[in-house]
Amino acid sequence: MRNNDFVVRFAGEGGGGLVTSAELLAQVTAQVGYHVKTFVTFPSQIMGGPTFAQARISTSPVLSYGDELHVLVAFDREAYDTHYDQVREGGVIIYNSEDFQLEDDGKSFGMRIDELAKSTGNPRAANMVILGAIAHLVNMPEHYLPEFVTKRFTRGRPGDEEIIRGNIMALGLGAEEAKKSGFSLGALEDPAPPEGNQIMIKGNDALALGAITAGLDFFVGYPISPATTILVYMERNLTGPGKFVYQASSEIESINAIVGAGYAGKKAMTSTAGPGASLMSEGIGMAWMAEIPCVVVNVQRGGPATGLPTKVEQSDLLSSIHPAHGDVSVPVMAVGSVEECFWAGAHALNWAERYQGPVILLSDHALSEQAQNIPTPDISKVVDERRLTYSGTNGYERYAGSQVSAMPIPGGPGPYVANASEHDGMGDTTHLPQRHIEMTERRFGKLKLLEEDIYERENTDEAIALMTWGGSKGSTREAYDQMMAEGQTIGWYYTMFLNPLPPALLEELKQKELVLVPELNYLGQFSSLLRAKGVKAESITQYTGTPFKVRELKARIIDRMQAHKKDLVQV
Amino acid sequence: MSKKNPEYDFKWCPGCGDFGVKRAIELGVERRNIEMEQPMEQTVVVAGIGCSGNLVHLLDGTQPFGIHGLHGRSLPVAFGVKMANPELNVLIVSGDGDFLSIGGEHIAPQAQRNLNVTAVIMDNGVYGLTKGQSSPTTELGVITPTTPFGKLENALNPLQLYLTVGASFVASGFSSKTRELANLINEGMKHPGFSVVHVQSPCTTYNDNFDQLKGNVKKGVDPITWDIPEDHDSADKLAAFQLIEQGGIPLGVLYQDPESEPLDARAEGMRQRANPRGVEQQLGAFRI
Repeated sequence: MRNNDFVVRFAGEGGGGLVTSAELLAQVTAQVGYHVKTFVTFPSQIMGGPTFAQARISTSPVLSYGDELHVLVAFDREAYDTHYDQVREGGVIIYNSEDFQLEDDGKSFGMRIDELAKSTGNPRAANMVILGAIAHLVNMPEHYLPEFVTKRFTRGRPGDEEIIRGNIMALGLGAEEAKKSGFSLGALEDPAPPEGNQIMIKGNDALALGAITAGLDFFVGYPISPATTILVYMERNLTGPGKFVYQASSEIESINAIVGAGYAGKKAMTSTAGPGASLMSEGIGMAWMAEIPCVVVNVQRGGPATGLPTKVEQSDLLSSIHPAHGDVSVPVMAVGSVEECFWAGAHALNWAERYQGPVILLSDHALSEQAQNIPTPDISKVVDERRLTYSGTNGYERYAGSQVSAMPIPGGPGPYVANASEHDGMGDTTHLPQRHIEMTERRFGKLKLLEEDIYERENTDEAIALMTWGGSKGSTREAYDQMMAEGQTIGWYYTMFLNPLPPALLEELKQKELVLVPELNYLGQFSSLLRAKGVKAESITQYTGTPFKVRELKARIIDRMQAHKKDLVQV
Repeated sequence: MSKKNPEYDFKWCPGCGDFGVKRAIELGVERRNIEMEQPMEQTVVVAGIGCSGNLVHLLDGTQPFGIHGLHGRSLPVAFGVKMANPELNVLIVSGDGDFLSIGGEHIAPQAQRNLNVTAVIMDNGVYGLTKGQSSPTTELGVITPTTPFGKLENALNPLQLYLTVGASFVASGFSSKTRELANLINEGMKHPGFSVVHVQSPCTTYNDNFDQLKGNVKKGVDPITWDIPEDHDSADKLAAFQLIEQGGIPLGVLYQDPESEPLDARAEGMRQRANPRGVEQQLGAFRI
């Protein structure tokens, strides 16, 4: 039997070990040309608590993290009990027999993981014992792992050789245990290495790197799960001449600081999650009102209030478009893959510059921590768009007219007051009805500059279409691919640009009998927006704190399609 | 706004202390521009919300850049402006409600960073724009619309607060002493670090304490303000605290850290150490 993908989950008490195991497995298989994706979930505490990390390995690009497990590595009894149900028919469980004993359940075998690691002289080789066992279960060619280990630990330090020898010995011990167990999963198909260079990167790192590539100058953020790693990436990398990065004392400070920097002419960004985004709302309103470019990245987690800090949800869409009091419609982009994280990190900054105002970029917990192989981004394709700046003489009316206008930069000509109160052309406060009308229309009118004409569209003749958003893209796409292979035809639409929507996309969606919107929230937030715009849209919701499982999602899509067709017959 | 704008309908009440502060800022900045040979466009005035914040629209003569933002957030906005371009001269105009109440959380972090800006705080001991409610500097027991049976909180001593949280330049002024105030503001702008010039700026409508501040011989009222003696050592923080302990309102420079290193200088030092990686190099770190 040969498989074209397999999913391995490492479960137990939290800490770095589980994540490291999943990432090592992803790295070794990516290096020989497989496609990989990891998924990590953990409780909001420093160490301990039930955690799991998993890796999906495939011969074709991986869209979702995998519904069912081929291999479960259970480090303790709780992990075994919790995840047992998700092991597929024919799957195998490796458990740590130093921690607990099991009756023979027909699919499990125990290994004394730490003891085996210690016997190699390197107690830290536990990961390698497990990888060795997994490699044997899937008939991985024997040279992959030793080559990987040799490369990884050849660091030009004394003792490298000993570490390598210990790790390779650990791999062998693990393989031996698996062999004794008699289990096998069938061989993995040979990899079909993707064309061109690849990188393996997590969503948050990709987003940060995309922003830096597009000329980010200024970043201020406050630690919050699951956005912290963006701040951490910036602190290390946004350090060149003219750049500034800082850990703020609160999200209120973050947003006001990037508004100040945007006003002073810089491409400025902050990152946060739900609670921080709520604190930023007044400042985002100021950026809209005073027409100051800046970007807020919201890596969504479960809400409301403190909610589920380390779980995934897509429930901040409505509050991103309307974060603040008053008439606002903040431009919003949402990313659906690790690759999109890179491009949107750049694009969001350019949007802010183009229309001179705040932009919100939505990611989510699952994408933030997900390591994946993606084609190395072609950085020559990244545009560093800059706002229109004023270079005339003093006495300029910065807010005059109904269009976006050149922005004076402090230190240069054209002093004005950037005003969060309603204002006239110079930025002086006013209460005249006519001025409020003009200025309101000016601010909304600028959104036209952000209407894009590129979006994904397939099977456009179908009367029923899928139109998911953000991080549900992967599972929805996989469900779509399976449906197409099975002859269940449905239309496919997708865009990162949620506000404003590409106008041509909206026109197409309006022609549909039914548009199904898989999204991870209770309200059905995106479909409500589409309905308000005249699209017959309906959500397929889930609010578990976890991503969609492809099989369940596919069943729900097909059910809804069939119900719709039945309705038609009855009419 | 250098000439009268009919659309702009805000007015300070006749006799408001803020007129004197406005004049002092004009004089102080003008002098700085001459001394530093810099144009007015190098200065950014960041205002919060309250009577004080309107100062940014009321300056006469050549106009600086300005931001009239949110209630309480002048400090973090100024942080963004200054660190985006450390060449700029950033001046904050704020009041006791804006700076010490809703904006109070921002003072300590900026003091610790030693952000190189100058905050001019107009203290009238009351919320003027919303018509006379109590503020952090309103005295215990005072009756206002929101304290109809007397204020239950002690009055905050702002000078003590600034010194305690580590501001590297702390001065105290009075709106009626315009020339002296202009000097303090000018000194604050020259100081490389976080400077606060706290100004008694009475509200003639809701809390008219001109007589107490200035003294009134006819009414037999002694002034509560007094000049800091010339032999005060402003580098001595303990001596600065002792000035405050003497009671009343000392006027002048209480404290100036002679070894103050501002955040922009610290950040520049960090940049030298950081050894930045280009985008290509960063990408390389993720290569499979």
